[in-house]
This record gives sequence, structure tokens and C-alpha cells, in this order.
Amino acid sequence: MTILTDPPKESFRLSMLLYDTRYRSATIQAIAMIAFMLLAAWLINNAITNLNTLGKPMSFGFLGDTAGYDINQRLLDYDSQDSHLRAALIGLLNTLVVAVLGCITATIVGVFVGVMRLSNNWLIARIMTVYVETFRNVPVLLWIILAMAILIETLPMPRAFKGDTPTATMDLFNTVAVTNRGVYIPEPLFSRSLGDIHFLGDMALRFDVSMDLIAFLVVLGLSIFGMRKVIARANTIQEETGDRPKTWHVLLGLLFGPSIVLMIVLGFHLGYPELKGFNFRGGIHMRNSLIALWLALSLYTAAFIAEIVRAGILAISTGQSEAASALGLRPNRTMRLVILPQALRVIIPPMISNYLNLTKNSSLAIAVGYMDITGTLGGITMNQTGRELEGVMLLMLVYLAISLSISGLMNWYNNSVKLVER
Amino acid sequence: MKKTVLLGALTVAGLAAGAAAAGTLDDVKARGTLNCGVTTGLVGFAAPDADGVWGGFDVSMCRAVAAAVLGDSSAVEFVPTTGKTRFTALASGEIDMLARNTTWTFSRDVDLKFTFVGINYYDGQGFMVPKELGVSSATELDGATVCIQTGTTTELNLADFFRSNNISYEPVPIETNAEGQQQYLAGACDVYTTDASGLAATRATFEAPGDHVLLPEIISKEPLGPLVRHGDNEWGDVVRWTLNALVTAEELGVTSANIGEMSAGTNNPEINRLLGTEGTLGAMLGLDADWAKNAIMSGGNYGEIFAMNIGEETPIGLARGLNAQWTNGGLIYSPPFR
Repeated sequence: MTILTDPPKESFRLSMLLYDTRYRSATIQAIAMIAFMLLAAWLINNAITNLNTLGKPMSFGFLGDTAGYDINQRLLDYDSQDSHLRAALIGLLNTLVVAVLGCITATIVGVFVGVMRLSNNWLIARIMTVYVETFRNVPVLLWIILAMAILIETLPMPRAFKGDTPTATMDLFNTVAVTNRGVYIPEPLFSRSLGDIHFLGDMALRFDVSMDLIAFLVVLGLSIFGMRKVIARANTIQEETGDRPKTWHVLLGLLFGPSIVLMIVLGFHLGYPELKGFNFRGGIHMRNSLIALWLALSLYTAAFIAEIVRAGILAISTGQSEAASALGLRPNRTMRLVILPQALRVIIPPMISNYLNLTKNSSLAIAVGYMDITGTLGGITMNQTGRELEGVMLLMLVYLAISLSISGLMNWYNNSVKLVER
Repeated sequence: MKKTVLLGALTVAGLAAGAAAAGTLDDVKARGTLNCGVTTGLVGFAAPDADGVWGGFDVSMCRAVAAAVLGDSSAVEFVPTTGKTRFTALASGEIDMLARNTTWTFSRDVDLKFTFVGINYYDGQGFMVPKELGVSSATELDGATVCIQTGTTTELNLADFFRSNNISYEPVPIETNAEGQQQYLAGACDVYTTDASGLAATRATFEAPGDHVLLPEIISKEPLGPLVRHGDNEWGDVVRWTLNALVTAEELGVTSANIGEMSAGTNNPEINRLLGTEGTLGAMLGLDADWAKNAIMSGGNYGEIFAMNIGEETPIGLARGLNAQWTNGGLIYSPPFR
């Protein structure tokens, strides 16, 4: 008979933190963590003490002070009597505008160029190679400045549209004015507008939401819901009878009909730009600072996206396209239905980095006088109030928040397209 | 990664704030050069010539201080700053003094923690427009596009002026004078606004200066002067009294031409105290006895510097006006050397 005894119960001793391999790594990590935090605390304390000796203690109170300066491009109401916080918000919106416009354009151009670069047509493929190599090998700041210089120097001044024999005329049946201060395009106006809703009263972060826009979004949502129903019904009929009913006219009607009715109800008309005094008035003014920044950022980033798209396509084995053509699919259908959906899995992750790059590169806006958040909060506000450390920290936080939101969104999309293993 | 960046910024800020504490005079002497912040280029005030040698009204101020402290007017490291970067450069200790068309205002003096040591140019904000626009007054500028340097007092004055006259405008923010000039000449803005002296200096570099007019309105007071950091009074005194020495020299008739014989001793005790042949004014500042003599010899007295760089004989062609000596009805006035 054997007697099984429990191994002697080990009691925990302090020395085990160092000599027992089970605990050692935890000990080292804890010590490293404490040392790191001490270093951080020392640096922060040092900065605060020095700022205090300089007579400028850390404070964010300056955000509530009157800004005193004007901003040309503002998506929300703003004048020079508003606070620095409001000016920062206007700048943030300008950053977001150019980032969103840039990301969309860069994606479209990039995918197009990336696919074209693989074309069998020698000329097209080479032209695309030249485009990619010129754009991605020159710093984006130079492209921005070049785009601005071209816009300023080659386009006519508003004054050239004046007089009995103007040297410049408006384009597209007198509706669009292209000047060296920007492009003026017609704006949509509603004579029976539903008005705006104001949020947050008189606070610095107040904003308006146009009821017209909400009405359009609701109607569009309903249209799309209706279209889905029609398509689902067509699918059922096709499965039962083998014949697919004609739906395109119904779909087209559903897509545009309700919106057009709404436009008539709201009294839709266009406001055209007109030359009054020194400048054009009315219409939407797309300043050349925005156009230059947008163009340069999109074309620059598109060159990188093109390479990512090309890499993604090349990563799909040739067997796939051979199989597709064996099934009788034409080349562009092969690309759209077989290759690209698979390539997306490779393309999306590096694409996120490029969207982030584009957004951060938009901080070069000051080179062309575009008032983004670096120009307002990180430029004029910082200069007028002398709050460099606070300003830079806020600025970093803002960019961090924007970048994390973009990558969060893109990761969510990536999860939805990635290979689901069964 | 994000944390390291934040820490890096804090370190820089911490070090920068630490460097700003005191002892600038000793630092300059030990270094053997003066770091002087100037504009990125405004002809007449501070601009490098074809050989890369800086010259101009503000530059002469830097050279005079270098001559007073180090005895060598060429021992200056010129640091070009924009309207936006100038204060950070000074606060962080990157430059010892700033001589860059900087307006003395309450908030810059009190809140931004700088010490303005005096006024070397009484200026005001003006507007320049092309003649062909046919504008004769700034109040006719409703709806105009205005080029404006960001981070300046002129930017705030502009907003106030248009607001109080109840007219609208479209600001085009620019970073440097050169950029403003390019946009203005290409017609991307109708109006260029900055200090009237700067406008005159800019216009002088145009191919056809006659095609542009300065509007009569002067919409602000812009007293320009050199400035140093708060909290280092010894250094502030050195820069302040160097400026005063140049002004006093003009008042007393001491010029770069006659300073040789004057410094041998005169029967005017104030000249003797100024030039170090009598009294110990230099030692009180912690400088050599002939500090003021060196400063005046570097570019002449205030009047000579004015005439040579921006005066009526130069292409910039500014009249003395408010900047004449008080004895001639101007505002230039130095406390006595006693």
C-alpha cells in the first residue's frame, strides 16, 4: 500500500519575487513601470514648475477669451467676437472637410491608377507609373505650394470679369466663376425652407442643423428602403419562375421621385454667383486654399494608394482570373466581381495608414493660408495668447482623437470584409 | 508611441522654460555671439543682401547691441522669425533679443511675459491697394479681399476696423511678407495691410511702385521696438540703454564721423559720460567703458541708421515724421545719461 502525501505546501516568501521564475518577470515589469511613471512625473512636474517660475502657470482659461480675429472659411457662424474655443471648432471643421474630401478623392484616383497600372496597354501602364513616381517622390508640401501658385498665377482675377469688354467670362452658361481667389459655384436655396434647429444656445460649441438636410436624408433613406423591397421581390419572382421582372424604371423612380417632389415642395432654386464690388457674391465659394490643399493631398496620397491597390491585386493568384475567364467573365467584370473583393482584404489595413497620413498632412494647410485647426488653435490663438504648451497639447489630443476614430471605423470595415473561415 | 511624443514635447517645454531663467548677458559673453531675432526679410528693416550679409534698420539695432556687449558688430547670429514663431523663439531662449517690427502692446508685455525696452519706430497700420481699383479711402473697401500676416496685431486691428465700420471683408492669412507680396501682386487679394513702414518697404521692391497707393487711413498705433524676456533685468538694461545711446548720440550730435575726436574728450559732460571718458556708466551695466562708443560706431547714431536704411534718400523713402527727435517736434526721446 502506498501512501500518497501532498507535496509540502509552499508558503510565499518575499525572495521568490526575484528568484522564482514564475514571479520574476512580473517583478521586473512592475519596477520598470514605476521607474517610467516617476520619469513622467518628473518631466511633467519640471514643466509645470518652470512655467510657474516664468509666470505662466498651466491654464486653459484662454479658450474662453475673445479671439479677435476673423476666419475666412467657416461652416458655422463665427465672428471676431467669439471665443478662442469657437475659433478652434471652426478650424477643426475645416480640417475635417479637407480630410474627408481628400480621402474620398484619393481613394477614387488611387484605385483607378492602381488598376490601370496593371493594364496590358503599354502606354496607359507607363503613364500611370510616371504619375505614381512623380507624386510620391516629391514632398507633399511642395505639391501644395505648387498647386496654390498655379491657381493664383494662371487664373483671372475677379476684376478681369468687370467692364464692357471683360478679359474673362463665367463658365457653364454663366453659372460658375473660376477666379484666382477660388471657384464660385451655384448654391442650392429653398424658398420655403424648414429652417434650422439651434443646439447648445449661446455656448461656444453651438451648432445648427438644417431641417431641409434632415428631410432629404429621411426621404432618401425611405427611397433606399423601398428599392431594397423591390429588389427582394424581383429576386423571389426570379427564383420561382426563372424570369426576372424589369425593375430599373421602378428603381429609378423610387430613387429620384420622392426627392424631386420634396425639392418642389421646399421651393428649390439655385443661387448664382454675381460680381459685386471687389468680389463675387452669392453661390458657394470654394477658396483656392481649399482647392490647392485638397488637390495636392489627394493626388499625393493617391499615388501611395495606387501602389497598395496594385499590390493587393497582384497578391491574388492568377488562377482566380483564369478561372473567371474560363467561366466567360469579361476582364472588367473579372476585376470588379472576382479580383477586387479578394484584394480588399490585403488593401484595407495599409489603406488605413494612408487615410491617417492624409489627415495629418492636412496640418500643412497654413502654407496656403487655409485655416484648419493648426492654423487657428495652433497658430493665431497660440500666438495671441502665448499658451504654447496648452495649445500644442490640445492640438495633439484633437489629432489623436481624429486618427483613432478613422482607424476605428476602418478596422470595423476591415472586419466586415476579411476572410471568414469556416 | 503617443506617450513618447507627449513626453518629448513636455521635455522640450521644460528645458525651454528652464533656459529662459536668467544670465543672458553672461551667456552672450560666453558664447561670443548675439542671437538676434529678425524678420524673414523686409527690405530696409531686415534683409540679407546679395552676399548674404544682413542689413537694415532692425539689423542695425542687433549690431549695436553686439558691439556694445562684445565689441564686435559682426558677432551676431541672425535668426529669421515669422510673425508666428517670433515669441516662441524668444521665450524658449533660442534668441537673446527680438528686433522685428514688433508692436508693444499690453498683453505682450504683461501676459506673454516680455519686456519691451523702448520704441525705435512709431508706426501705424495702413492699407495698400492697386491704383486701378480707384479706391481712395479704407472705408470703401466693403467686400474686399485682404492679405494679412497671421499672428500679428494688425490681424486684430483689421477685424476691429471692419467691424466698427460695419463693412465686410475676406481675410487671406499669409505667413511671411514675401508670400503676401506674391499674392497681392497676382491679384489674389485686393488689399495688403500691415504697418505703414512695412508697406512702404514692400512697395519699394515692386517693379512699378507707382501703380500702388497707400490709403490715407492709419487705423492703429504701432509702436515698434526691440524686446527681451521678462525677468532678466540686467540684460533688459543693456538693450534698453544701447537703444538710448543711439538716440542720445543723435541728440548730442555724436555721429560715426566725429566720434573719434569726440571720444578724446569734450567739454559736454553728457557726451563724456556717454562715450566713457567720464564716469563709470559702462561698468554699471557690466560692460566696457567704451560700450556706447562701439554701439554708435557700428552703424552710426539713430538718425544715421534711419537715413541709411529707410530714410527719404533710400528707395523706401520714409519721412522722419513722428520719428524725429523731440527737439525737432518728433517723439524720439531718450532719458538722460547721468
